[in-house]
Amino acid sequence: MNTPRSHSKTLFEKIFDRHVIVTRESGDALLFIDRQLIHDLHYRAFEELQATGRTIRYPDQLFATPDHSVPTTAKKLTDIPQGEMRDTVAGLQGAAERIGFTHFDMTDPRHGIVHVIGPEQGITLPGLTLVCGDSHTSTHGALGCLSFGIGSTEVKHVLATQTLWQRKPRNMRITVDGTLGPGLSAKDIILAIIRHIGAAGGTGYAIEYAGSAIRQLSIEGRMTISNMTIEAGARFGIIAPDDKTLEYVYGRPHAPTGEKWEEAMAYWRTLPSDDTAVFAKEININAAAIEPTVTWGNSPQFCVGISDVIPDPASETDLATRANMESALTYMDLLPGTPINKIEIDRVFIGSCTNSRIEDLRQAAEVFKGRCVVVPTLVVPGSGLVKSEAEREGLDRIFIDAGAQWREPGCSMCVAINGDVLLPGQRCASTSNRNFQGRQGMGSRTHLVSPAMAAAAAVTGRFTDSRQLSR
Amino acid sequence: MQPFRRFSAVAVPIDIPNCDTDQIIPARFLRRAKDDPAYARFLLHDLRYHTDDTETGFIFNQIPYADAQILVCDINWGCGSSREAAVNALMANHIRAVIAPTFGDIHYSNCIKNGLLPIRLSAANCNHIRIQLHESPGASITIDLEEQTVSGPDREGYTFDFDPMDKIRLLHGLDDINMTLEHQAEIEAFERNYRKKNRWIF
Repeated sequence: MNTPRSHSKTLFEKIFDRHVIVTRESGDALLFIDRQLIHDLHYRAFEELQATGRTIRYPDQLFATPDHSVPTTAKKLTDIPQGEMRDTVAGLQGAAERIGFTHFDMTDPRHGIVHVIGPEQGITLPGLTLVCGDSHTSTHGALGCLSFGIGSTEVKHVLATQTLWQRKPRNMRITVDGTLGPGLSAKDIILAIIRHIGAAGGTGYAIEYAGSAIRQLSIEGRMTISNMTIEAGARFGIIAPDDKTLEYVYGRPHAPTGEKWEEAMAYWRTLPSDDTAVFAKEININAAAIEPTVTWGNSPQFCVGISDVIPDPASETDLATRANMESALTYMDLLPGTPINKIEIDRVFIGSCTNSRIEDLRQAAEVFKGRCVVVPTLVVPGSGLVKSEAEREGLDRIFIDAGAQWREPGCSMCVAINGDVLLPGQRCASTSNRNFQGRQGMGSRTHLVSPAMAAAAAVTGRFTDSRQLSR
Repeated sequence: MQPFRRFSAVAVPIDIPNCDTDQIIPARFLRRAKDDPAYARFLLHDLRYHTDDTETGFIFNQIPYADAQILVCDINWGCGSSREAAVNALMANHIRAVIAPTFGDIHYSNCIKNGLLPIRLSAANCNHIRIQLHESPGASITIDLEEQTVSGPDREGYTFDFDPMDKIRLLHGLDDINMTLEHQAEIEAFERNYRKKNRWIF
């Protein structure tokens, strides 16, 4: 017998409801937060909290790593030039030593981008609530974790109370069915989704991704999808845990073991949305229709397939959107009607919490093999463990032999505050998540693509269908 | 946090749809302390200043708006990065309210936490107000949070929806941690039960 509709719940609601401590009449719920991740830009939170006489309630559930401010040429703190970059990284380390929470410092092989190492270390688990003062915390939703980005006031609130006030968002399900073509990846799927629903399409919603094309993705691929959920306006991008998830999680350092594993698994098995669960909005996407995708504007929603041309604002009926397109084309120095594969680039960046995992590096290496880059190319692994695995597989040799630079882990040129930066006017094929004006440096021009497409651009100097270069 | 009262102030129209928090404050300023004397300059920095630090003609720099305390914006204001520095930069410029059709979810929440009032009016109404502000540079808008009303440059009235809990927070300038600690007994009871039932997490 089917569960009555009124009692059926979505994956999101099941985790949310389990963490509610108290609900106010207004609908505000005080949620228990299982784990918090923190990066260098929040180091001041500790002294600010201390100044108000408050302490950290659950230091054992707090995990820190410096990622935004680490130069990718530095292996340790003292390699960072004196100044605010070093002060920021040192500030976080000092707080960790003083208070005694886990901190993966630059010399630790487990160091890396906060959204790469959370899942890698088993800190991210299905069914948890997890927060971080970073909008890309949606990444962890790929493991069936209720994770979301918060501001710095909320960071301090969680540090002090291990709770957070939240209003339950509406649920949206995005079902991606069909088989993704060969040579395409999760990045192409999420860009297609954002193009379809728009940069504000998910605002106010928690998104659940479902469908055969999502289930077929590896956990790494799913993380790329969940990661860019915030680019569609939603804070939450969750995927039901399945056998792949459990296999991924099993044996990781912070994952439960023995009897506790069994207890956790019993709970995780109950998490998928009930068949009769109601979603406020349903979107369907056909994976088979997706092409390698390239963004052309200053919002990730402005993207087209590699065989396409720059759209003409004149054909846009909505005047505000038309003006937005025109200003983007001016900033990006592009003309309507230009074929995407005629656009020449100056730089390539492969990395970021969107695309710096081992699978991403393998996809890029497949294109680089036996070829040479024609523009400066930066390859930045997401963590020390991704780096050592890539080196074990010989991917580093492929990158270096192709003429690319192989660097130390960090956010690097995705946020461009660690010294890796584009010059004004430079055009970059980037595997990161934001093509906003100035995102990769003042006056920088960013085109978001998959790792294979970034590699194809690196070896040809313009956007090229990576499938033409596959062997 | 300052309690929020009815007030009138000069409003600036910002005609940028999807204005992300990277525009509101570029990432290279995120390591600065929010009491940095230069903080006010960081707001919309790359739109307001050329690379040689001279001012652009961007509307926020124009003389009639020197005392502005309200922004009237376009769709999806404050999308993108969770940086609370975007709110700090607005507040360093004495901006007390932002009116827009839609806001980025995290930015909206960051505004509330700092006592900066985010008001959602329809795209048509925002557009209408922005046109009036362009026609009469330096015109004022009146905002009454208690009544949940906005009075435009031509005194046309608009009402807006606002969460009752957020309203109490802003009207009384309440600190969230203190509000939460009123529930200390419930939190502790929850924790005892939760930890017992979820040994695998701890």
